Amino acid sequence: MSRTMFEKIWSRHVVAKGPGGQALLYVDRHLLHEGSTHAFGRLEKKGRAVRRPEACVATADHYVPTAPGAGEIADPEVRRMVADLGRHTGRLGITFFGRGEPRQGIVHVIGPEQGVTQPGILLVCGDSHTATHGAFGALAFGVGSTEVEHVLATQCLWQRKPRVMRITVTGTRPFGVMAKDVILSIIARIGAGGGVGYALEYAGPAIRAMSMDERMTVCNMSIEAGARAGMVAPDETTFAYLEGRPFAPRGDLWGRALAHWRTLPSDPDAIFDQEIALDSALIAPTVTWGTSPQDALPITGRVPDPAAVGDPARRASMERALAYMGLIPGAPLAGTAVSRVFIGSCTNSRLEDLRAAAGIARGRRAAVPAWVVPGSGAVKRAAEAEGLDRIFTEAGFEWREPGCSMCVGMNGDTAAAGERVASTSNRNFEGRQGRGARTHLMSPSMAAAAAVTGRLTDVRTLG
Amino acid sequence: MEPFARLTAVAAPMDLPNIDTDRIIPARFLRRPRESGFGPLLFHDVRFGADGGERADFVLNRPAYREARILVTAENFGCGSSREMAVWALLDHGIRVVIGPSFGDIFFENCFKNGALAIVVPGETASGLRDALAARPGTRLTVDLEAQTIAGADGPPIRFEVDAFRKHGLLTGRDELALTLEQLPAIEAFEARRRVEMPWLG
Repeated sequence: MSRTMFEKIWSRHVVAKGPGGQALLYVDRHLLHEGSTHAFGRLEKKGRAVRRPEACVATADHYVPTAPGAGEIADPEVRRMVADLGRHTGRLGITFFGRGEPRQGIVHVIGPEQGVTQPGILLVCGDSHTATHGAFGALAFGVGSTEVEHVLATQCLWQRKPRVMRITVTGTRPFGVMAKDVILSIIARIGAGGGVGYALEYAGPAIRAMSMDERMTVCNMSIEAGARAGMVAPDETTFAYLEGRPFAPRGDLWGRALAHWRTLPSDPDAIFDQEIALDSALIAPTVTWGTSPQDALPITGRVPDPAAVGDPARRASMERALAYMGLIPGAPLAGTAVSRVFIGSCTNSRLEDLRAAAGIARGRRAAVPAWVVPGSGAVKRAAEAEGLDRIFTEAGFEWREPGCSMCVGMNGDTAAAGERVASTSNRNFEGRQGRGARTHLMSPSMAAAAAVTGRLTDVRTLG
Repeated sequence: MEPFARLTAVAAPMDLPNIDTDRIIPARFLRRPRESGFGPLLFHDVRFGADGGERADFVLNRPAYREARILVTAENFGCGSSREMAVWALLDHGIRVVIGPSFGDIFFENCFKNGALAIVVPGETASGLRDALAARPGTRLTVDLEAQTIAGADGPPIRFEVDAFRKHGLLTGRDELALTLEQLPAIEAFEARRRVEMPWLG
C-alpha cells in the first residue's frame, strides 16, 4: 500500500499502542536547552535515570547574552540556569555546547549543523520550532516540559497520530523572494490554525530547488500555521549537506543509512488528508502587519481595513492588532518607519541568511540600530571567514554573539514599548520582542533593506 | 497530578481567536521556579497595566468572572510556544478547564499532562457558549469528564469527545512515566531491533 513519508517514519517508531489511538513512540534524538532545566530538576528530585544520554545534545541559547564579545552573564538567575544545565548534562554524560564552546548556538541551528538531525529519525525538543529539523525528512516536533522529562526517562513519548497535509509549491521564485516569503505566504493562506492537528509535508519543484538552509526556514515556521511538524523529503541536497558532519554516519554506516533514507519519500500515489498548492512565481517579498504570523501581505500592499471585513470576530481581532501595531488602515506598508532591525533566530540566522542580508548591507549604511545575531558559533566563524561581519560592521550593523536574542527576548534582548522592529524571527505576537514592542516579520534581505532605509522597503527597489 | 472528574464553576468567555502562549504568559517570567506560583502572571500584560494595576476591561478582572475556573475560548487558543508555564499559570489561577473549537497542539497536550482538561467542541457550540456567558455574566457551568458533558448553559447538556487515554489519565491522576516504564520490555525489544536495522543511530 502507498504511504506518505510521515506514515513511513511514524510506523517505524511505534513501540506500543495504547487506548484512544495513542501510540508510544521511540525518540531517536533529543535536543535540550536551558528551558529543559525544569525537567532535569524534577528527574533528579525523583531519583530517576536518563535512559539514553548519548541520544541527547544540549546547548545554551534562549538565555545567553549576545552582546559583542559577551563576557560573564550579568543576571545571577540566568547565570544559575546556564550553570544548572551544565551541571545536569555533566552529571548525566550528555553532550553540552555551553557558552564559550565553539559549537554553541541556537538548538535548531546546531542540530543540523552537527549532523545530529538526520532523515527518518524521530527528534523532539522542548521548543515549538523543532519542526525545523523536518527539513531533513525527519519527524520532528516540539514538546512541553513534562514530555521532555518523560523522554529523558524513557526515550519514548505517547502521541496521537496527526493527519497529514501536503503543501505543493510550484513555479520559480522571482528575484528578491526568499524561503521566508514562501512560508509567510503559506501561513497567510491556510491561517495560524490551519495546520492544527496536522503534520505538513512541503513538496513540489520550488521546495526541491531549495537549499537546506531554505528548507529549514520553511519547516521552522510550520508551528505558526498550527502544525507541530513540517517536513521535506530527503534528496541529494539533503545527503550532500549531511555527509561528513560530525554526528552523521560514516563509512559502511553512511551507505546503509543512505539506502534507508532513499526509501523515505512519500510514494507517488500516496493519499494525503488534505492538499494545498501554491505558485511561488506569484509570491512577492512579504511582511506582516498584525500580531499573528498569518497577518502577512506583499510589501506592495496596504494595511488592511477592518471595516471591510464581514466576520465580526475577525474584525475585532484586526482592530486590536492594528491598534497594537499603531498602523492606519489603507496606508501603504512600504515606507512605514521602523525603530530597529533584528536579523537572527532559528528561522533566519544561518549562513545563507546572513549572506543575503550582507548583500543588501554592502556599501550602504544602517539608518536605525540593526543587530545581526548569527545562529551558532560555526555560522559566526563561517560568516567571518567570508568577511560578512566586516560588511555588516562597516554598514553600521552590530555583529553579535550566537543565541535566540530578540526573537524571544528571554535574555533581556528586547525592544522598548512602541518600538517598531523589522525582524527575521518567527512570531509577531503582542509583547513577543518586549512589552509593547511592534514586530514586522520578513526575510533577511527585506530586514537589511529596512535597516538601510529606516523603513519597510521593497528590497527589489534597492537593486 | 491532581485527578479531575467533575467541576461546577463560573466560566469566562474569551472571544479573540489565536490567543498565543506569549499572551498567556510572557517570556520574561519563564525562568521562575515552578514553586513560585504562576497564577499572578496569567495573561499578565493584558490583565495588568504598565503601572501594575488591573485593567478593568480584561475579562478575568470583571467582578462576575473573578472566580472563573473555566474558560470558553475561540479558535486556536494556546498557539505558539511550547512553554508549559502557560498551563501552570492557568492552573495556579484556578482555571482547570478550557473549552474551545481548537487549541495549539502542544498547549493541548500540556493541559492533559498537568491535570487540566481541554475540550474541543464545534465552533458554533463554542460561540454559543461564549454568547450565553456574556449575556449572563457569572454563569456557572458543570463539566463532567466521566459523562463527557458540559451543562449549565441554555439547552440540554453538550456532549464532548475526549480520547480514552487522556480521559483515564485525568480521572485517575496517574503518573504517565510509571505507566510507560511498565512498557520497558517493549522498549528494550524495540531498541534491540533498531540496533540491527538502523545501526547508524547507535
